[in-house]
Amino acid sequence: MEQRSVIYLDHAATTPVHPQVVEAMLPYFSERYGNASSLHTLGREAHQALEQARADVAGILNCSPVEIVFTSCGTESDNLALRGAAWMNRQRGDHIITSSIEHHAVGHTCEQLERNFGFEVTYLPVDEHGLVDPAAVERAIAGTTVLISIMYANNEVGTIEPIAEIGEIARNHGIAFHTDAVQAAGALSLDVQELNVDLLTLSAHKFYGPKGVGVLYVREGLEILPVLTGGGHERGLRSGTENVAGIVGLAAALKLAEERREEESQRLRALRNRLVGGVLSSVGHCRLLGHPDSRLPNNASIAFEYVEGEGILIGMDLEGIAASSGSACSTGSSEPSHVVTAMGVPPDVARGSLRMTLGHENTEEDVDRVLEVLPGIVGRLRAMSPLYPG
Amino acid sequence: MYSELVMKHFSDPQNVGVIEDADGVGKVGNPMCGDVMEMFIKVKDERIDDVKFRTFGCGAAIATSSIATEMIKGKSLDEAVQLSNKAVADALGGLPAQKMHCSNLAADAVRAAIEDYWSRQKGAKDEAVQPEG
Repeated sequence: MEQRSVIYLDHAATTPVHPQVVEAMLPYFSERYGNASSLHTLGREAHQALEQARADVAGILNCSPVEIVFTSCGTESDNLALRGAAWMNRQRGDHIITSSIEHHAVGHTCEQLERNFGFEVTYLPVDEHGLVDPAAVERAIAGTTVLISIMYANNEVGTIEPIAEIGEIARNHGIAFHTDAVQAAGALSLDVQELNVDLLTLSAHKFYGPKGVGVLYVREGLEILPVLTGGGHERGLRSGTENVAGIVGLAAALKLAEERREEESQRLRALRNRLVGGVLSSVGHCRLLGHPDSRLPNNASIAFEYVEGEGILIGMDLEGIAASSGSACSTGSSEPSHVVTAMGVPPDVARGSLRMTLGHENTEEDVDRVLEVLPGIVGRLRAMSPLYPG
Repeated sequence: MYSELVMKHFSDPQNVGVIEDADGVGKVGNPMCGDVMEMFIKVKDERIDDVKFRTFGCGAAIATSSIATEMIKGKSLDEAVQLSNKAVADALGGLPAQKMHCSNLAADAVRAAIEDYWSRQKGAKDEAVQPEG
């Protein structure tokens, strides 16, 4: 085992590519480099790999391979789902329902549909734990509603939304339902039949696959307009030569993630509880963000009062620990996280948020190291803070 | 994204704290939407004899506060009040563009502290001139 120089606690941002995934991908760069649309042997080899990957992904999503569309990333999948369904149904209606805590790939796409395409969007509020109320979804439905998009699990605070319940409501009203499941893969079931979803987004680099490749599940019979037009790849829904190596990697990574999902979730949940419990008991004036139980097993999001999240991040980085923050300063925007403020956390407290997301290579020693240094980092910043009552 | 000097001042900030019997105090910013800086000065012979700060904000905010205290310590009030936010950023070897606005308030805090000192002096003088006020 090689010595790790960094304790990486930012798996919600991205994950290292699993060595087995790299191995699966390698032949498709320089040996089996054919275009999957070509008729010759090299092309057929690529096509075969592509279709095997499609079948593997479909198996895990419990759907038919023709319902799997490969894209370049989670953001593209979200864009295709939202624009595709909205544009296709423009004659039928102009109303979209989403939540106020979506990833920007959904949120900003909705805003553009509003601003430039004349759609009306309802942004549902969430409760203090970040939960969307299914009854509120049903109340928001109008005769003109053509799409509902609610994320499966939140990327910042880890709250898991009641997707199956919302999906049932959408289905009863005959409205297409999309979920951004980017954070859920490897932790939660992706069975689209159980989840009652018509459109579902995945991104390979969140589950130990490569960057630059994603999936959009599109239920058969649901018509959406393509965003990328051209050679008619992916059933005409996503033109562009397929990223065969990336797609092979995505499928290999998803299979591995699914195989170890339950065992790994249990392990991460125990580690996460040790981390959260340790922080809350050793650092005063802080709180867990997100739902106490219905949350991703690897997510520890904590808001520290009287300090700025970026200071904590730099302090941890200097100790060789990589984490993330919803703080405005660290993202270069002027506002604190829209997710944390939507949960009713005051903006000054939201600014002290720290997100630690555990992953496969993390150990109990990693958690204990964080618990060793974090109280000192927060304490030092508080001693400097004019807001800290002492 | 931060220069080495920013990291140095963040890791080992100079002149952190409060001066209980300060001659001037400057407080700038707002925790709801930006950083908050507090600057305390002691004045002797119209010079900054001592200075301390407290800051709520990101790494850049802490580093600018720290270097600003070093830049004004021992300077005359007339010199110190001329300190600009740009000069502070330059002294740190520059700041990332998005930090120039939100986290570069140290010179404002210095100016507020000196103006507070001057207004206290003026108040004392007014009282001396019009004791029956």
